[in-house]
Amino acid sequence: MLLAEWFADIKADFILNFVKDNRWKLILSGLKVTLQITLIAIIIGVIIGVVLATIRSTYDLTKDEMRGAKKTIMAILNAFARVYLTVIRGTPVVIQLLIIFFIIFASSNNGVMIGALAFGINSGAYVAEIVRGGIMSIDRGQMEAGRSLGFNYIETMRYIIIPQAFKNVLPSLANEFIALLKETSVAGYVAVNDLTRAANIIRSKTFSPFMPLVGVALIYLAMVMILTHFVGVLERRLRNSDR
Amino acid sequence: MTDNNVLISVKNLEKKFNGVTALKSVSTDIKKGEVVVMIGPSGSGKSTFLRCLNLLEMPTGGTITFNGVDITDRNVNINIHRQKMGMVFQHFNLFPHMTILKNMTIAPMKLQKKSEEEANAEAMKLLERVGLADRANSYPSQLSGGQKQRIAIVRALCMKPDVMLFDEPTSALDPEMVGEVLEVMKELARDNMTMVVVTHEMGFAREVGDRVLFLEDGIIMEEGTPEQLFNNPQTERLKSFLAKVL
Repeated sequence: MLLAEWFADIKADFILNFVKDNRWKLILSGLKVTLQITLIAIIIGVIIGVVLATIRSTYDLTKDEMRGAKKTIMAILNAFARVYLTVIRGTPVVIQLLIIFFIIFASSNNGVMIGALAFGINSGAYVAEIVRGGIMSIDRGQMEAGRSLGFNYIETMRYIIIPQAFKNVLPSLANEFIALLKETSVAGYVAVNDLTRAANIIRSKTFSPFMPLVGVALIYLAMVMILTHFVGVLERRLRNSDR
Repeated sequence: MTDNNVLISVKNLEKKFNGVTALKSVSTDIKKGEVVVMIGPSGSGKSTFLRCLNLLEMPTGGTITFNGVDITDRNVNINIHRQKMGMVFQHFNLFPHMTILKNMTIAPMKLQKKSEEEANAEAMKLLERVGLADRANSYPSQLSGGQKQRIAIVRALCMKPDVMLFDEPTSALDPEMVGEVLEVMKELARDNMTMVVVTHEMGFAREVGDRVLFLEDGIIMEEGTPEQLFNNPQTERLKSFLAKVL
């Protein structure tokens, strides 16, 4: 039977690539590294993104009422944020990763941390624009209503603008995290044994590319689907709260 | 400000937007308990004037003295004074992510440090007054325009303001809902609330206003009692304006 033969081939290939020499351990530790890099990068990215978005939208929304030193400081911070966004979004992430690994942290070889930092710095620029878009999309009447009740700018942001903006940006933010998870697959460039590199190592040893590459592709796919599912649940829950 | 009855004293107020003058040297005193109605064609500066009173627009000249304090002074904390100036907007501007009750209690709780029980009790009392107590746990999207505007009014009242500013409160409403909002405003006026109202509702101006200001091209063209302005307009501009709107 042809089908049985085909199954037998697949099984042998599977055993060769994943079971023999405990190669699945390579995949598992690669998965761990990929998740580590992604998680730390998301945290760094969100912090950078929220700070930059706050600077940019605060400057845009209040530059007319600011005066003196405060205005100068905000103008400088705003200019810095704009340069950051331009440079980070205007260059490939692999180049940024290589620069950070081989030039900025040349003396360190903690690839995981450097990878997380590089992807976090990169993601921060995209998160910043997503969050800023969310803040600016809230009708300016909301800010005026908050201020007219006596809330200051920060309180109005915290109680009125941000909760609404968060709900609006959640899908875009989830997309960014999903993209980030997949982007970390280039971490192998700086000698990090992430999921993709694990597959590549197995491939180079077994000379059988199909199983390891399709295998990790499925693992990435599964992770993305799980993430998408949770975002959907969260989104529905947030929507329920105001209907 | 020697006159204790003056709540807001506006002197030579001027506002320019990128070189375009919206208000030129407007002066007027608003007394406690007075209902001042501002009328005028669109672009005359009446909304700008109102928004300058609580500094939603920063005046480019002149002074505004509220409760004896010049609030245009850069060193004054405007947030404190805004708590005493309620504002109602044309487009309601309720907070869509909060229930009606939360819309009304968030400012008293966060700014006046009231307990939740106290803030809720006060809010419910106000909701009952405007006949919307049963909507306390609804969200703004579930309300009609007239209901939203009544909520916006009582939300501002929760802060126990000294003055209420109304920026065209009925302009965005369906005609059959205008009445219910005006009714709440009339009741407020009867309770001696100081009110500054920008409106196109001439009937309201005539019935409730103590004083009517006619603005045109950023200046007060004419002012007086409703009888004086509506029955005996002095300027050609006011005559032609009234001919169009009445």
